[in-house]
Amino acid sequence: MPRAIAMRRLLVALLILVAAALPAAAQDAFLAALPGLAGGFAAQATAVERLGATGDPRALPVLRALAEGRLLKRPDGALLVRGEGDAVSDAATGAPAEATGAEPVRINNRVRAALRGALGRLQLVSPDPGERLAAAEAVFRSRSAENIALLEAALAREDQPQVRARMELALAASRLAAPDPATRRAGVEALAATGSDDARAMLLEARAADPALAPEVDAAVAAIDRRLALRRAAETLFQGLSLGSVLLLAALGLAVTFGVMGVINMAHGEMVMLGAYTAWAVQEVCRTHAPWLLPAYLPLSIPAAFLVAAAVGAVLERGLIRHLYGRPLETLLMTFGVGMILQQAVRLLFGAQNREVSSPGWMQGTLTLPGGVMVTQNRLWIILFGLAVLGLTVAAIRFTRFGLEMRAVTQNRRIASTMGIRSGRVDALTFAFGSGIAGVAGVALSQIDNVSPNLGTGYIVDSFMVVVFGGVGSLAGTLVGAMTLGVVNKVLEPYAGAVLAKIAVLVAIMLFIQRRPRGLYALKGRAAEA
Amino acid sequence: MTTTTTAAHPALPAARVGLRAVILGALLLLALLPILNRLPPDSALHVSDFAVSVTGKWICYAILALAIDLIWGYAGILSLGHGAFFALGGYAIGMHLMRLIGDRGVYGHPVLPDFMVFLGWRELPWYWWGFDHFAFAFAMALLVPGALAAVVGYLAFRSRITGVYFSIITQAMTYALMLAFFRNDMGFGGNNGFTDFKELLGLPLHTPEARAALFYASLAGLAGALWLCRRVAGSKLGRVLVAIRDAESRVRFLGYDVTAHKLFVFVLSAMLAGLAGALYVPQVGIINPGEFSPGNSIEAVIWVAVGGRGTLVGAALGAFSVNALKTWLTSVAPDLWLFVLGGLFIAVTLFLPRGLAGLFRRREP
Repeated sequence: MPRAIAMRRLLVALLILVAAALPAAAQDAFLAALPGLAGGFAAQATAVERLGATGDPRALPVLRALAEGRLLKRPDGALLVRGEGDAVSDAATGAPAEATGAEPVRINNRVRAALRGALGRLQLVSPDPGERLAAAEAVFRSRSAENIALLEAALAREDQPQVRARMELALAASRLAAPDPATRRAGVEALAATGSDDARAMLLEARAADPALAPEVDAAVAAIDRRLALRRAAETLFQGLSLGSVLLLAALGLAVTFGVMGVINMAHGEMVMLGAYTAWAVQEVCRTHAPWLLPAYLPLSIPAAFLVAAAVGAVLERGLIRHLYGRPLETLLMTFGVGMILQQAVRLLFGAQNREVSSPGWMQGTLTLPGGVMVTQNRLWIILFGLAVLGLTVAAIRFTRFGLEMRAVTQNRRIASTMGIRSGRVDALTFAFGSGIAGVAGVALSQIDNVSPNLGTGYIVDSFMVVVFGGVGSLAGTLVGAMTLGVVNKVLEPYAGAVLAKIAVLVAIMLFIQRRPRGLYALKGRAAEA
Repeated sequence: MTTTTTAAHPALPAARVGLRAVILGALLLLALLPILNRLPPDSALHVSDFAVSVTGKWICYAILALAIDLIWGYAGILSLGHGAFFALGGYAIGMHLMRLIGDRGVYGHPVLPDFMVFLGWRELPWYWWGFDHFAFAFAMALLVPGALAAVVGYLAFRSRITGVYFSIITQAMTYALMLAFFRNDMGFGGNNGFTDFKELLGLPLHTPEARAALFYASLAGLAGALWLCRRVAGSKLGRVLVAIRDAESRVRFLGYDVTAHKLFVFVLSAMLAGLAGALYVPQVGIINPGEFSPGNSIEAVIWVAVGGRGTLVGAALGAFSVNALKTWLTSVAPDLWLFVLGGLFIAVTLFLPRGLAGLFRRREP
């Protein structure tokens, strides 16, 4: 800093000698315009405008002080800025100064208006990137050709990509307002390159104002529309995949219990709900007993939820369901009753109100992918998580001893038994496995849905639809079914609204089953007859 | 699903005479209630207004239970969407009741119901035309559920969707309808549905006379439904249905048109459910999309399971007993009710596959 001050002093001296001839005229302009602030309102307004035009960083605190009534005038005519803690400094040099007899400089509305514009322009070169961004935004909104030079200067020294993008947009907008057609044309081109909704609206405005620009504007708008449509399609696809992965998580456990075992478990939604409550419980235990574990509560609650739901599932299978094998309709009713009891038990234990499950920091916020596609982080995590759970499930069924026994029992229970597989134990484990997956799904759903006793009810119909649509007994079918339903739902939503889209999907599934009664991926051979 | 282990055969002719007497006796006993309601309140035989209205509701539930038993007990079709047919019947009669309010609504519009005025509708949508006539509304209460059942049933039975798959499809149907009726722009009152009814067929709804009249109408509906279902079950058609339930493929190979048989009985059942809803709504004075919730449909199925499926009378009995238990328990210990209901689901399927009716009947060979 001392060097800067010394330099400034030198400049003051130079100013006295050869004012207009020096290349550092901008810095001189600051000192030249400054005394005007002490004059009458008209002189003040002119001084404010001149100071704003300098683009000098020193002008910003002075003008801000003036706007906030912190600019003082000493009887000897010197201007002072009262900063924090009533420390007073000289407006021209920034050096500490004596404030005896100083009075605040008063301003009127005309000066205030000038101040708004000048502050906006000066903020463009502020050292704080947030302030620069806000300033670019303000200049963008004001749309005046006078800002072109300023913006060009600011852009030349800007190094933050986000601020740059905003400034480029503001520059294009300012160019559109220029009197010279070539500049306006350049503005149109620059706007077409940004490809945003704002740019599109601005182009249409410019077209209305200046019909001569129409051909360029039309081409630019068409280009923007193409890019926007592409981006929208990408975002819809992402939302569809995100919904699809939620459906996948909810349906995966069902694909095991219903698809592989043929047990229709209407309490499946409650297993999901238990998983979500386990996540909440783990969070609470961490908070009260081991705060240092709190950041990791979510990964911790995944195995916990699996174990809780699996245990409940094992008890359910051994205690009740196994007595009803071969009677699917009775199993359906019985498990519905179990679901009711579980729901009511949770309601009485934890209350009917929603439970707060916090999202870790790394799951919050949005990511901007290339091309301006916005994705929310938690949705992205859930897509990855859903695929990971699917992968683990497939691996468990295909590569483990338990998976082998499970497939053997599904294919032929009696021969499996004669080979020494304890089919009852395998049944219990399979059901526990499916329920555990539902519990894990509950952990994921706790991040995007309300954790309440009837969390699972909303998913049960959808999950069955996914399993039936994809083909009972096929995990690949479950994946494709879930993703298809998710994407179709989100594609329809803008046209029909969320509810009608859902209804349309339900109807479409019913019609689809007309053509493929056994779903997308029908089992072939003997298993299909079961 | 070709096997159903809890087969309950149509009653033997000898047993039927006795059963008929029991049914008649029970109906007559029910018919006494509104009369006993007129006795002075200090009389020992006096029946409260609440008891009459709540029994009137249960009679409607019993008709719904009959409708479910007809398809589940005889044809082996487990519908988890019968609440939708019930609610559609209710909505049809509710539309008539809304039209009868006329300019007595809050906004005093001579034609449009309050919610339409509130939503800024200019004129009655076309699908409300005709509902100012009772006969039309009543016909719609039967025909709309019947038509929906015809479409869903045709699509499902034609592609041989059976067992749990059909159950899930019907559940999805009622779920979709619930979502649809929750929408304001459907023109059915959205979330709030219809309420604040004034009169029906010239009778102000809040009078004891109207209550008694609706009670008797429901009782007549129950008697008629029971008669009709027993006729269907006892006919050759009924025997084919039982055969379809127990061995669908074999019946098909014998040359019967399984799809047509199932479709007929499913549509009939849906119309009965619509009738039940139409009788129910004027008595409770409200209909809203909650009636479509899948839980309602499945609760109705458990009435049948508790009473004993494939017995018709048992289904009605189940509707009465489960709802009596519900009414009592929700006033004494509301938190316990869902445990008891859930327990009923488990106990009936595990230990009492033939329901209450099974307790009274000899085990058939």
